[in-house]
Amino acid sequence: MMGLPIVIIITMFPSIMFPSPTRLINNRLISIQQWLVQLTSKQMLSIHNQKGQTWALMLMSLILFIGSTNLLGLLPHSFTPTTQLSLNLGMAIPLWAGTVITGFRHKTKASLAHFLPQGTPLPLIPMLIIIETISLFIQPMALAVRLTANITAGHLLIHLIGGATLALMNISTITAMVTFTILVLLTILEFAVALIQAYVFTLLVSLYLHDNT
Amino acid sequence: GAHTGSKMVSVIPVKEKKLMDVMDVKLGELPSWILMQDFTPKGTFGAFQGSYYRYYNKYVKVKKGGIAGISMVLAAYVVFNYFPYYKELKHEQIRK
Repeated sequence: MMGLPIVIIITMFPSIMFPSPTRLINNRLISIQQWLVQLTSKQMLSIHNQKGQTWALMLMSLILFIGSTNLLGLLPHSFTPTTQLSLNLGMAIPLWAGTVITGFRHKTKASLAHFLPQGTPLPLIPMLIIIETISLFIQPMALAVRLTANITAGHLLIHLIGGATLALMNISTITAMVTFTILVLLTILEFAVALIQAYVFTLLVSLYLHDNT
Repeated sequence: GAHTGSKMVSVIPVKEKKLMDVMDVKLGELPSWILMQDFTPKGTFGAFQGSYYRYYNKYVKVKKGGIAGISMVLAAYVVFNYFPYYKELKHEQIRK
């Protein structure tokens, strides 16, 4: 739909909205962002032990990137990079693989023991190992497809209902109800930020399981 | 001492003349000013960096800054995104 160089500029655009703090007490924009980042990082990193907390920069930059990209996609005519499955797969697969490999390197026996829950009857063991392997390998696919599908579906709904409102403007009474549906839908869609939280939380749960247990 | 001092004096005004000319250049001189800029990667990156800091220091970094500083950037972003879609949106005009 758009030329390739413009997509690169638009993907790098949200980084302009986050200036880096230079002083002890900054202007309002940086202070608000600092407060939000500290609030989120404290809540998110409280689960991890020493080793898991080295991932703090990665997780915070992930939530900032996905959150700002999704919120900027709600502006009219804007392009959201996270609607493309390629970008989400490119984010999901390396991060998930990193957590799995970290778990295998440091706690090999415990990571392999994930494939067999305790107390299973003996005839069921081969089938259960296959099921657990499939559920492990489907994690990155689920991460990427969940993000893509949610944001694409939200944008598509906004387009369709907006088009329906424009077409119904000749018939007046129905237009008001449809317009209110658009407004409510946009407000709910502004919980795209909640979707980022879902993304990072799922990544977080995976990291937690692989580093602690 | 004196030789290096004169060398510094001769380098700095030339660079400042190029940068400050964005606000001072008159509209008739614009093509010649564009040809005067350096188009190396470092030069273009310096131009973007300079414009970012000038906008930031003037509109965002004030003591009682409100939403106005960021809203101008977002409005410019919306207008910037309108242009690639113009050909597709031309069919959806409401004709009376």
